[in-house]
Amino acid sequence: MIERWLTPGLILLCVLAIFAACLLGSTAMPLERVLAAFFGGADVSDRLVVWTIRLPRALAAFLTGAALGISGAALQGLLRNPLAEPGVLGVSASASLTATFALYFGLVALNPWILPFAAITGALIATALLALAATRTQSVVTLILIGVGLSSFSGALMSLLMNLAPNPFSLSDMINWMLGSVANRSFDEIGLALPFIAGGAALLLVTRRGLSALTLGEEAASGVGLNLQRQRIWTVLGAGLATGGSVALAGAIGFVGIVAPHVIRPFVRHDPARSLIPSALLAGLILVVADIFVRILPSTNELKLGVVAALIGAPAFVWIAMQRRAGHD
Amino acid sequence: MTELKAADLMLAIDGATLLQTASFSLAPGELVILLGPNGAGKTSLIRTTLGLQAPSAGKATLGGEDTRQLSPSERARQIAYLPQTRPLAWPNQVQDVVALGRFSHGATLGKLTGGDAAAVDRAIVACDLTHLAHRSTDSLSGGELARVHCARAFATEAKLLIADEPTAALDPRHQFRILDLIKSYVDDGGGALLVLHDIELAARYATRLIWMKEGRIVADGPPSQTLTAERLSDVYRVSARMDAGRLIMDGAL
Repeated sequence: MIERWLTPGLILLCVLAIFAACLLGSTAMPLERVLAAFFGGADVSDRLVVWTIRLPRALAAFLTGAALGISGAALQGLLRNPLAEPGVLGVSASASLTATFALYFGLVALNPWILPFAAITGALIATALLALAATRTQSVVTLILIGVGLSSFSGALMSLLMNLAPNPFSLSDMINWMLGSVANRSFDEIGLALPFIAGGAALLLVTRRGLSALTLGEEAASGVGLNLQRQRIWTVLGAGLATGGSVALAGAIGFVGIVAPHVIRPFVRHDPARSLIPSALLAGLILVVADIFVRILPSTNELKLGVVAALIGAPAFVWIAMQRRAGHD
Repeated sequence: MTELKAADLMLAIDGATLLQTASFSLAPGELVILLGPNGAGKTSLIRTTLGLQAPSAGKATLGGEDTRQLSPSERARQIAYLPQTRPLAWPNQVQDVVALGRFSHGATLGKLTGGDAAAVDRAIVACDLTHLAHRSTDSLSGGELARVHCARAFATEAKLLIADEPTAALDPRHQFRILDLIKSYVDDGGGALLVLHDIELAARYATRLIWMKEGRIVADGPPSQTLTAERLSDVYRVSARMDAGRLIMDGAL
């Protein structure tokens, strides 16, 4: 019963949250003025605030969360581990590294579009490496370890870049990127990330049935007729594209990809395939709501969305890890 | 006629020979039990025969077709395969795990078509799981879980079944129950190949015993012909004797 209303309910909540994000802000805008801005009749400054500041920002938060939520749910199904996430496989870290790289060498000053392209390139390099590894190894543990290695290596290179930062301005640019934020995003930036997020999500949705079979373990999943290598490649590629798109849009935002599927799973009878869409919606909802809080908190420096996500998500991660019973490896 | 045939299968990995010219066949109506000590190559033989592992030489055919050429779902529709059990990744409901047996037929969990749902129901009834159908698998005993995996295999409604130690870690009563289930599957026209470690139980149920030692098949025939004290000492390295028609094992050699 809950399962039937889960997806429609989440869609409704997401729409409400995005609408609320247009109402709330450093200066709250009354309902009738926001409605007027949407449906015509508002003055120019109201339309500007809603259409070029608040709405794109809320949509960017939603898309970032949805991409991370669906990638997390799919990777958890593939690796049969509730702690798997784009971060664990090093995809987010690699995407952040290439983005930081572009910032460090001032490439972004040449053309603002270089930044998102760099992030997507990094994610695709990481996923290509993982896809290559997936065709050679039978073992999930090996794949996770490769991801951990990739993540550490990207982290090290990122620290190196920050260590060598030529001036405080580029350092602060890089830090902004690493912390993750959807402030000042425009429809142009959304448009550039959306094809990758949508393409990746579509790939994950088309191949999701195999994730149900993987519940049995890899050998038994092959036994019931799953093409294991193909499943691995599609899932890794789909998650890589979606994650790359999300990093391009908002930088590195962690833990939503772990938390959302964990909350959703009991409502879809623990079937990884059925968890994808609700996980994407819930993760999107979480980031939209978190971003509203970031904006209305009366702090001198606006908090970064990634920081807030980690403050909530990291303890949840530890809690989920401690719930794991022995015997589930 | 779906006959599974392995012809001169060889398997060598990193210089270690796991299988040497292994040949056997499995047809509907047979309950074949594969015996041999740990490391004799039983699991390698099964995986190579199924086409999950490429042989170094030789080939396995299903109804005349090379099993390596079959798509995973084509193969799975004809041979249900139960590997040694691993813990399930998620605490799914029993009926959902059984429904995964219909995966090769294109079944999607939560949206089973009439044919798939009927096959799942039949398997649940056959394995006496009706009262557990909505239970979460992490609340089941070992014996119940073994029946769930059996039901999953039966739900496929394949002509052949291959199971690697389906009775591992079960008490005697549950071992009998699992083997009774498989026997009735064979009586209904299926063919089964099982790996077992309980020789007495194997002799009681098998129509044929295949004995493996160091990657080779050393004997293949009905229990009455292949189960001897000499064979036990040779294959398992235990001292054994026949006492009034019953086999007694005295200890390791």
